[in-house]
Amino acid sequence: MNLTPEDVDHVATLARLGITAEDRSRFAEQLSDVLEHFRALHALDTTGISPTAQVFNIHSVMRDDVARPSLPREQVLANAPRQEDGFFRVQAVLET
Amino acid sequence: MGAPGQPAGHTRHMHVTREHLVGISGDLTALTAPEARDLLVRRQISATELAHAVLGQIERTESQVRSFITVTADEALAQARAADVALGGSDPGATPPLTGIPVALKDLFCTTGVQTTAGSRILEGFIPPYDATVVARLRAAGAVFVGKANMDEFAMGSSTENSGYHPTHNPWDVSRVPGGSSGGSAAAVSAGQAILSLGTDTGGSIRQPASLCSVTGLKPTYGRVSRYGVVAFASSLDQVGPFSIGVEGSAMVLQAIAGADPMDATTAPFAVPDYRSTIRDGVKGLRIGVPAEYFTAGMEPDVERLVREAIQTLTSLGATVHPVSLPYSEHGLATYYIIAPAEASSNLSRYNGIKYGLAALDEVDMTRAMDATRQRGFGNEPKRRIMLGTYALSSGYYDAYYRKAQQVRTLIKADFDNAFASVDVIASPVSPTVAFKMGARTDDPLAMYLSDVCTIPVNVAGLPGISVPCGFDHQGLPVGLQLIGKAFDEATLFRAAFAYEEATSFHRQRPPLAEQADSEASVNQAAMGAGNAAGGPQRAPHA
Repeated sequence: MNLTPEDVDHVATLARLGITAEDRSRFAEQLSDVLEHFRALHALDTTGISPTAQVFNIHSVMRDDVARPSLPREQVLANAPRQEDGFFRVQAVLET
Repeated sequence: MGAPGQPAGHTRHMHVTREHLVGISGDLTALTAPEARDLLVRRQISATELAHAVLGQIERTESQVRSFITVTADEALAQARAADVALGGSDPGATPPLTGIPVALKDLFCTTGVQTTAGSRILEGFIPPYDATVVARLRAAGAVFVGKANMDEFAMGSSTENSGYHPTHNPWDVSRVPGGSSGGSAAAVSAGQAILSLGTDTGGSIRQPASLCSVTGLKPTYGRVSRYGVVAFASSLDQVGPFSIGVEGSAMVLQAIAGADPMDATTAPFAVPDYRSTIRDGVKGLRIGVPAEYFTAGMEPDVERLVREAIQTLTSLGATVHPVSLPYSEHGLATYYIIAPAEASSNLSRYNGIKYGLAALDEVDMTRAMDATRQRGFGNEPKRRIMLGTYALSSGYYDAYYRKAQQVRTLIKADFDNAFASVDVIASPVSPTVAFKMGARTDDPLAMYLSDVCTIPVNVAGLPGISVPCGFDHQGLPVGLQLIGKAFDEATLFRAAFAYEEATSFHRQRPPLAEQADSEASVNQAAMGAGNAAGGPQRAPHA
């Protein structure tokens, strides 16, 4: 399995991860190595085997739908890089 | 639990006196957790003395080991003073079980008011407004928190070299890695910088550093311990567990942290047994499975020899040995390195510079700001795993990678189910090699990933596993024995591991670095007339 630098760019865009030109070629090489090593999985016959997402069958844990106190707003915002009027402040999403 | 300096199992001192202890080494940092508890309850030592002892050991050894990202000395001393008030009451034995015992926390457990970084620069300066459930439970149990231990960034790594802050060094040889990702937690306990510590294990991140640093480390069953307030890496695999000198300390920690938590819906609604009530029951009749697949090419001869000797020791204590087969485990690594990065790529999407952590405030466009924040804040390994995981989940590749890996996961788990139909525990090496030189695997991700080949299948199957010290190789470097248990049967792991350590003395050997610090402390104490410092702890490794 060979990942091209273009594949790396595409995946980085999906992951919202800025990468340098150096990252692009290094990741293409290293990720290709890792994927190559994992090719053995493709040779396994898994017909009719159901996938395991979680090992124990604990499903749909329910609790009473009762409102409880949560953290005060100022504590939640205390770690925010930017805040304004009690909200998280973000960069512009739409052009003005 | 023989006293330091005597072969364990020869005589057992359930009630070590202070005078006896000081006469042996003068060093409280050599205590196991149950010994410390015993001395605290009988007021032979105070929590404040014990806190000063470990903080002093940190001061003496930290420049060489670098176990911590943050040392919380003031908080520790305040907690110790509170512990002494509790222990000074009419019934010290009724105090919570970890009252006054110093504990180091891997830096991915949220701690109210204390920076929590997960080893990443992207979380530098993050001050959690709440405690992780395990932290709250340890607090309620009376623990004294000495600091936040170093780790591979977001728990991704097997050497603690991937920390965004600094690498941690192995106390047994500071030119070598302590293992990872919980390398700081393992090194801290090994060097006497804490009596106990807490780590997480997603593919071996507790057991492998425990093995490389010669301490006990337990990865509990998936669902046994709450992950609420634990920085997430791979949510179907992550589990919280303890490090200790001696098995009983790990049992004390698990007792305190295990059990259902309404804040983590993946915790199992099963009762938590009293682990210490069965820990001395021995291994007579215990059926130990030995999987040939876990003694493979690439394993160092000393590792294989010492693990086989350890199994022989268990046999001599009354256990029986049976060959078992886990044929799909050879695909564990590939399965894991698809599932774990896939889950990580999702979990790490929250680090985008909006709610907390690093933010590229110089960018005016939001998506560019996110790209830049993540580029600057993440190190190489998280970037690699985010890329790998995003690729495995992306359109056109999902079935070939992620779904395929989940199917193989079913097969790996079925192997263990079959094996456990006829045995009680499975024994294997923890790591195929002893601690490697720093820098040896940093440029080769695949070589680093192979460090966890014997531990990863256990996470994939969700089972509990423990690493206990089982000797030293020809260079004097530690080797660990892995015991794997049935789901939610940590009690049997503790029982087998305890029987093994009672018959051996490896867990009592301390790294020379911790001892050098000891002898200085002993001299000081002797000079103050506290007792005769002759004797000294057992020098390790023995021939």
